[in-house]
This record gives sequence, structure tokens and C-alpha cells, in this order.
Amino acid sequence: MASIAQAIRLALHVGESELGVTDIFGEDVGAPLGGVFTCTQGLEKTWNSPLDERGIIGTAMGLGLAGCRAVAEIQFCDYIFNTIDLLKLAGNSCWSSVGQFNMPIVVMTPVGSGIHGSIYHSHSFEAMMSHIPGWKIVLPSTPIDAYGLLLSAIEDPNPVMFLYPKALIRLPGEERIPGEPAEAKELSRMIDAPLGELRSKWKPSWPALPHYRIPIGKAKTIKAGRDLTVLTYGRLAPVSKTAAEALEAEGISAEVIDLRSLHPFDEEAILESVKRTRRCLIVNEDTEVTNYGEHLLRVVNTACFYHLEAPPVLLAGMNTPGIGLAWGLEEVQVPQRQSVASAMRELAQVHA
Amino acid sequence: MSNRGPSTPSSIKGRLRALEGGRRENETPDLRGVPSTYRGLAEPAMDKRLVHRMMAKSRVLEERLVQMTRSGDGYFWIGGPGEEAFNVCLGLLVKKGQGPEFDYLHLHYRSSAILVAMGMDVADALRQMASKATDPFSGGRNFVNHYAIKEWNVVPGASTIETQYAIAPGTALAQLRHGGDGITIVNGGDAGAAEGDFSTCLNWVSRPGRELPVLILVMNNDWGISTAGHETHGEQPIARRAEPYGIRWDTVDGNDPVASWKKLIEVLAYIRKERKPFCLEVAVSRLHGHSSSSGGARVTDETDCMVEFEARLAQEGVLSAAESKKIREGYAKALAETLLKIREEPDPDPSMVHDHTFQEEG
Ligand SMILES: Cc1ncc(C[n+]2csc(CCOP(=O)(O)OP(=O)(O)O)c2C)c(N)n1
Ligand SMILES: [Mg+2]
Repeated sequence: MASIAQAIRLALHVGESELGVTDIFGEDVGAPLGGVFTCTQGLEKTWNSPLDERGIIGTAMGLGLAGCRAVAEIQFCDYIFNTIDLLKLAGNSCWSSVGQFNMPIVVMTPVGSGIHGSIYHSHSFEAMMSHIPGWKIVLPSTPIDAYGLLLSAIEDPNPVMFLYPKALIRLPGEERIPGEPAEAKELSRMIDAPLGELRSKWKPSWPALPHYRIPIGKAKTIKAGRDLTVLTYGRLAPVSKTAAEALEAEGISAEVIDLRSLHPFDEEAILESVKRTRRCLIVNEDTEVTNYGEHLLRVVNTACFYHLEAPPVLLAGMNTPGIGLAWGLEEVQVPQRQSVASAMRELAQVHA
Repeated sequence: MSNRGPSTPSSIKGRLRALEGGRRENETPDLRGVPSTYRGLAEPAMDKRLVHRMMAKSRVLEERLVQMTRSGDGYFWIGGPGEEAFNVCLGLLVKKGQGPEFDYLHLHYRSSAILVAMGMDVADALRQMASKATDPFSGGRNFVNHYAIKEWNVVPGASTIETQYAIAPGTALAQLRHGGDGITIVNGGDAGAAEGDFSTCLNWVSRPGRELPVLILVMNNDWGISTAGHETHGEQPIARRAEPYGIRWDTVDGNDPVASWKKLIEVLAYIRKERKPFCLEVAVSRLHGHSSSSGGARVTDETDCMVEFEARLAQEGVLSAAESKKIREGYAKALAETLLKIREEPDPDPSMVHDHTFQEEG
């Protein structure tokens, strides 16, 4: 099955060939590399920008204002921080002009830990981003969700921040993208650029891709359960799912919801599940102080207070200035399968 | 009242001399001025009476806006008295319309005269000043002189200094691809040119083989609020920073509408035809201080382009002093009446505060 990198490429291909995407650009996004994670290989509308994140966001905004459709990449979210006031302007363009100037841009950037990325290749960005109104924010954890959400992002007339978990970029998915060849090898032969000399003459051959979208704002229950609800996304979605599956042997039945969209988020799905299981664990790897999960805690507490059998819990990254390179540091700084499993176990055992 | 520091070059002429700078021989190729093909162009001819009327209308508007902070009709004023001579000429030369065929304008908060010359209804500026629901630019959400006019490609003006310079390459890229002679115009202050976004602009509009049609303006009033420009900027002139990027540049006395008109004719022709950027530094005055937060009072030690131009028009026999005065008084009277009506217009409805956070699909 396709990886997230391949899924992004497929979506961008649909974007540039069917949805009017005019520019796919950023640092090293164009040929020959096609992005440091190969997400933009083989596409027509790609180009290499100067090494200037403010220029990347600003130019995408200008293109959007002039009616073009730009998909801009920030190479790592760790380097997006110097663009925040431009992101704010992108988010307030429509509101401040009372609807005259919408801002139809997509910004993609890889987030999170899991690749021994140390201090500047491990950041999360969702809490910071959620403080910038006027944007939609998605963070898929699977190739098919990355594909469907990126297409929805491209079609959206508003700015959409497309975050994707860098630790999962190359992993094959479990669900086939409609139109994707049955054999992973076949897809690779079609759309992965060859190494070395051959690359300069190479052209991808794209599979025919039928219409498929994942709406922004819809969560996905990735494991059903009775005893508690786990709200998660990104790298920790599959981690939570695996941990929950293992806990079945201990008689703990956890439901795992992959939010996929963080703004807007699927409040209905969250509340339905939490009211049913009466316990809620939120799992992400961003630093824990004013964490996005704290917003979910408020939503859950306010709407489900009298349904809850235990105080809801947030398991998040440590509030440290960075993530250490040594594995022993990273391992304790952000949730891993063991700590997620422990948090589930503990929550399941609390009785009011 | 003056808050100008002691070491400030006193006159625009003095400042222009400073802007000339001391070029050392064989330093970098000389990119000063437009190429000879564009020098001496005279069309469209300057209609001095029209330029005067638009300057007068803009000045009267700004004076009324300042007054509105005192009469309780508005909270905060910031604007462009002192930039009318250049800005009116620019506004009259803009290719006005919607879409990449026409000019895009990325404007800072001293640009009222550009819009007055383009034909803006001055009542709308009053509406924004009074934060009325009828403010067509921002519906009572933004400060005065923060324009957004879709039909004229005036993209939303923001208070964030210099961000417009990072955005301008995007509209210009769309125009380059679209073809035609539409260009992108971006303006901002001298102090703001210290922000990285100014360098971003120079860089992104001059990628070799992918140059973009942008008029990069630096409106140099030698102030950033209370900080003297020449004490914080070592580079003189600022526009010369364009040179290593291969961008042509020049300076002009923005208090002189005749010189401004002439320079703009050449520069705009160059950008429209060659599809290349140009950086123009404009020496201007700041006649009411930075904003109402510093009182907004009239300063007396800076050149006033209105006074100078009216004296010149009288001397040339184009317009007598009495005629000029009558024109200004006419605008002032009309505006005072307009304000009375605007006071009665509705305030924004708080229940609609979420409107336009997102554009609906489709
Ligand atoms: C990014 C940013 N920093 C600071 C400010 C506060 N501020 C508003 S105007 C100004 C001075 C700007 O000076 P200049 O760029 O020369 O423009 P002028 O007001 O003189 O026309 C400052 C510091 C701001 N609005 N935006
Ligand atoms: Mg200034």
C-alpha cells in the first residue's frame, strides 16, 4: 500500500491536474529532489524556493490573493515559527476584509518526533497553530487519510494547515487509496523516482484516481471499545491503537479515536464516545502546558461532566525546551507505547 | 510642535542629498535610474489642477480623520498627511481593476491619497474611522487607513509593519504568468525596511530569469514613531539595497508632485514593459506625527507639499491662492456634512462577529 509520502504525491497530482493547483513550492520541493521526504516528486507544478520561510508563506498568500492555488511546504514545522505573524494575516484576511479576500492556500509541514530528530526536527506545532484563528488544521496519521484530507484542503477556499507525522511518512498504509494499484511494487515503479542518473529523464506514470475525499472535521474510530475513550492523532494514533489492542488481553476495552482534523474537530464523535465509555484519555506529543489536548479536556469536562466515572487525563510531551537526541531522553520526553498503555490501564482502574 | 531630534537632516533637500550617498568607484554595477529607453517619457501628461484637487481632497480628509479622534467620532488615527504629492500621482497612474490584468496594491497605513486619487469615496474612510458597519473595507473591524478593496486589487492592509513586502511577490508571480502589463505595488516606511520582509521582497522578485514586475516603494519620512531613521539605518539610501540583487532603483522628492509624476511615468513604464522590479525611495514628510497616540498635532518644521505646490501653481498662473483655498474649503464643508450623516449609520452587530471567519465552500 501507499505510504504517506506517496499519498501526498498522489493527492498533489490530482490537485495540479484536476483542481487547479498552480504552485507547489518550498525548500527543495522541486526537481530533482522532490522534497526532503520525497512528498513532491514527479509533479508538474513544483519549484524550489529561496531558503526563506517568510517568503514561502508570504508568496503563497500573494498567490492566493491573486486567485491562484498554492500548496506551500515548510520543510520541518520546527522552522515555521518565524512565519507566525504571516500565518495570522492569512487567517484574518477574510474576516478583516468582511469576506472580500478569502485565502485559499494549503501549507504542509511534517511534525513530531520519532526519527531521532533531536531539538530541531521533533517539534509539534498543533497547539501553537490552534491559536491562529481563521485556519483549518488537519493532522492525518495514515496514507489514505493524508490523501483524502489533502484533497479537501486544496478544495477549501480557506487557509488549511496540513500537518503530517514525519515518523510515519514512509510506512505503508493498511487501506488502499481508490485507484491505487494492488501491488505496492507496482505503485513504486509508477511514481517513485529512480536514484542517480536515471532521475533526470524520469517521468512518473500516475494511476487513474477516482474521486475520493475525506471531509475536514470528521474523526475516525480506529478501534472500538467499551471501557474508555482515547482521543489522539498523528504519530500516537497507531501507537494508541496497538496499545489498546494489547490491553484487550487484560480485559480492558479501549476505544481509540483518531481526530484527523484539529480545527474544526469532530465534537459530536468525541462526546458520543466519551458519554458511552465514561472515561477519557487524550494522547499527543506536543509539550503539555497549554496543550491542544487541554482544550479537548475542557470540551469533555463541560459536556460530559456528569457522565464521567473518572477525571479525564491528558498524556502529552514533557514541557522541556527540546527533545534530546539520545534515545533515552526522547523515550521519556514524549509518550511511547508503554506509557500510553500504562495511562489507559490506570484510567480504566479508577473508580469513583 | 516638533519632536524631531537634534541630529536630523533638516530639510527634504538635505535628506535627498544624504540619500544620494557617496558611491565609491567600481563598487557594484550602477543600477540607479531607469534605462535610457524610459528616460524622458512625458505621457500621460500631468494635469496639475487635477493633482492639486486630489491632494487637497486627501489633505482635508486626513485633517478630518485626525479631528474625529478629538470629537469622539473615532478611537485611533494613523494616516498620510505629508505623503499626498507622491501618492496622488501614483494613484492617478495605477492600472485600476480586479484580477491579475490590473495592478495589485499592498499598502501601508499612510496611503489615503493613493485611494483618493483612484476615486475612493472619502465617506468610506470616515466610516472606517468611526468603526461603522457601513465601513466597506473592514465592517468596523480595523483601524482607519487599513484598506481592502477587492474590485481594485487593494489587498487587506494590516498593522504589521513590512509583512506586505513578503506577500507582494505572490501577486506579482500571478501577474507574470497571466501576461499583460499589470504590476504589483508595495509601499511601507523607512524604519520598517529593517525588517527581514524587505529583504525577502528583494530576493523573491529578483530570482535570476524569474524577475517579477513589482514597484517596491520606501516612503522615507526619516521616522519610525520616535526613532530617527538616520540614527538606525546605516545604509543610505535604503533603496540602494536593491543593487546587489540586480534591481534598478532611484530616489525622488515625494514632496514635489512634478518630480514625482515624472519619475513615476518612467519607472512604471519600465516595470510594465520589462516585467522587472524597481525600488524607489521617496522622501516624504510626516505632518501630524506618527499617529493619534502621539497626539496627531500638526508639526511645523517639515516641508508641506500642499503649501509648496499651491505657491508654485500660483506662480505659474495655473491656480491662484484664492482658488486653491476655495477648493480646500469646498471639500472640508462637504466632508463635515458627510460626517453628520455617518454618525447616524449603524454600528457593527455584535451577533455577527463570527461572520467571515471562514469563507463558505464553493
Ligand atoms: C512588526 C511591527 N512592529 C512594530 C510595530 C509598531 N509600529 C507601528 S508603526 C512603527 C514605525 C514604523 O515606521 P516606518 O516603517 O518608518 O513607517 P512610518 O510610520 O514612519 O510611515 C512601529 C514600530 C508594528 N506595527 N509592526
Ligand atoms: Mg518612517
